[in-house]
Amino acid sequence: MPTEPKKSVNNTTTLEFKSSTFSVPVLVLSTNDLEQIEGQLKNKIQLSPEFFKNTPVVFDLQLLNSLNLAIDIKQLTEILRYLHLLPIGIYGGNKEQIQDALDLHIPIYSNHTNVSASSRKAKPDATSVSETRAANPTTIIKHPVRSGQRIYAHGDLIITAQVSAGAEIMAEGNIHIYNTLRGRALAGVQGDSNACIFCFDLQAELISIAGHYKISEDLSETVRNKPIQIYLEENSLIIKDII
Amino acid sequence: MARIIVVTSGKGGVGKTTTSAAIAMGLAKKGHKTAVIDFDVGLRNLDLIMGCERRVVYDFVNVINGEASLNQALIRDKHCELLYILPASQTRDKDALTQEGVGKILEDLSKDFDYIVCDSPAGIEKGAHLAMYFADDAFVVTNPEVSSVRDSDRMLGLLSSKSRRAEQNLEPIKEYLLLTRYSPERVKLGDMLSVNDVQDILSLHLLGVIPESKAVLTASNAGVPVILDEKSDAGQAYSDIVGRYLGEEKPHRFIDEKKGIFGKLFGGK
Repeated sequence: MPTEPKKSVNNTTTLEFKSSTFSVPVLVLSTNDLEQIEGQLKNKIQLSPEFFKNTPVVFDLQLLNSLNLAIDIKQLTEILRYLHLLPIGIYGGNKEQIQDALDLHIPIYSNHTNVSASSRKAKPDATSVSETRAANPTTIIKHPVRSGQRIYAHGDLIITAQVSAGAEIMAEGNIHIYNTLRGRALAGVQGDSNACIFCFDLQAELISIAGHYKISEDLSETVRNKPIQIYLEENSLIIKDII
Repeated sequence: MARIIVVTSGKGGVGKTTTSAAIAMGLAKKGHKTAVIDFDVGLRNLDLIMGCERRVVYDFVNVINGEASLNQALIRDKHCELLYILPASQTRDKDALTQEGVGKILEDLSKDFDYIVCDSPAGIEKGAHLAMYFADDAFVVTNPEVSSVRDSDRMLGLLSSKSRRAEQNLEPIKEYLLLTRYSPERVKLGDMLSVNDVQDILSLHLLGVIPESKAVLTASNAGVPVILDEKSDAGQAYSDIVGRYLGEEKPHRFIDEKKGIFGKLFGGK
């Protein structure tokens, strides 16, 4: 027997549309080689599988189209879904790509708002990450991060207590630890190679910036147990004294 | 309202049950009505350490299932009339415990007890989770050894994220470090972590150090909480801990090596 929908006393409150802003990772493609894309994505996901699992993603095709490289949206979507990413929109696509996306029920984001911004920038792919990072507030943690705990910050991450062995801290921006770092610290997890890690006492299990990592065994004795800064220079991790 | 204390560690065999029995007895001896609950369903031990194994009729799980009342299951201690023991069930497993059931029992006990000591099982699964979930204070029992320290650290993480106080955004559980089976001689030889090493890793308030002591095994076998052995070093260490917990100023003992008669004469201090 079909159930009769309950009549609301006040019809105006059943639903309402609100405008809201979300921060979503944007996948900027610079090649149409699907195999290469899949390989690199897999590597990135391996670094923090939990973070990437079922994460929504928008693909940005502006760069690709400006290089006149055609890409098959259907195949690209299949790859992303296979890797447990959820494409929720395309951006900067041409007519054909837009139609393909609509066929797959993927929404289209208009690009006129950002056209001027991207044309102003000399290196659109490098700046887009830093820009989204700047929009995210800094996370401050004042209690110890214990073994087995994970912290993810969408912007910078500041921790004033210790990070224990077996703990994992991740930030899209920089990581500052004004105490002992014994666990894993991953900065620039969305690919920001300008991210840095600072800590007062380095005893980490693993440190990583934008996917470039070093495990404890690879850390030289000269950098242990003292204040240290870590940054990326020409794709290699530089670890040195703060002063 | 009673204060609920969980005695926990993550790792097994570090002295949780010995500590629970001693602390509960110590609090009762100081005039506080205290209940001690064995959460180690399936591996019941507390009754042995407390020397009441021959008086167990009903247990924790019977009360949760409504098969017995709390008063029927509580066993009054032979040595101190302010101390009661709620034994675990030996024939069931930890799945017999439910959050609502445990919460209800603790709430009922809170009405006429001053302190409730929850003796947690080892591990981080259901039994250990329920033992710490409702706690106000946590005594983290740690041996001066790396794996025990890491497990304690993991447990501290759970205390600060998976407890009732954390979930309801109340004042966090107060955490105290109890270093057990400590041997200053072995620390000096470099084959045991020192108090400072452990505190450095856990950054936790040290409530006391229990020295490695023959008295603990003797007391366990006799079914008398070691705190009642007032002549033993471990008994005195537990008395200090209860005193400190209740706000008394007591200098830490048993951290430095015992000096022999010649050491005392010529030691300089």
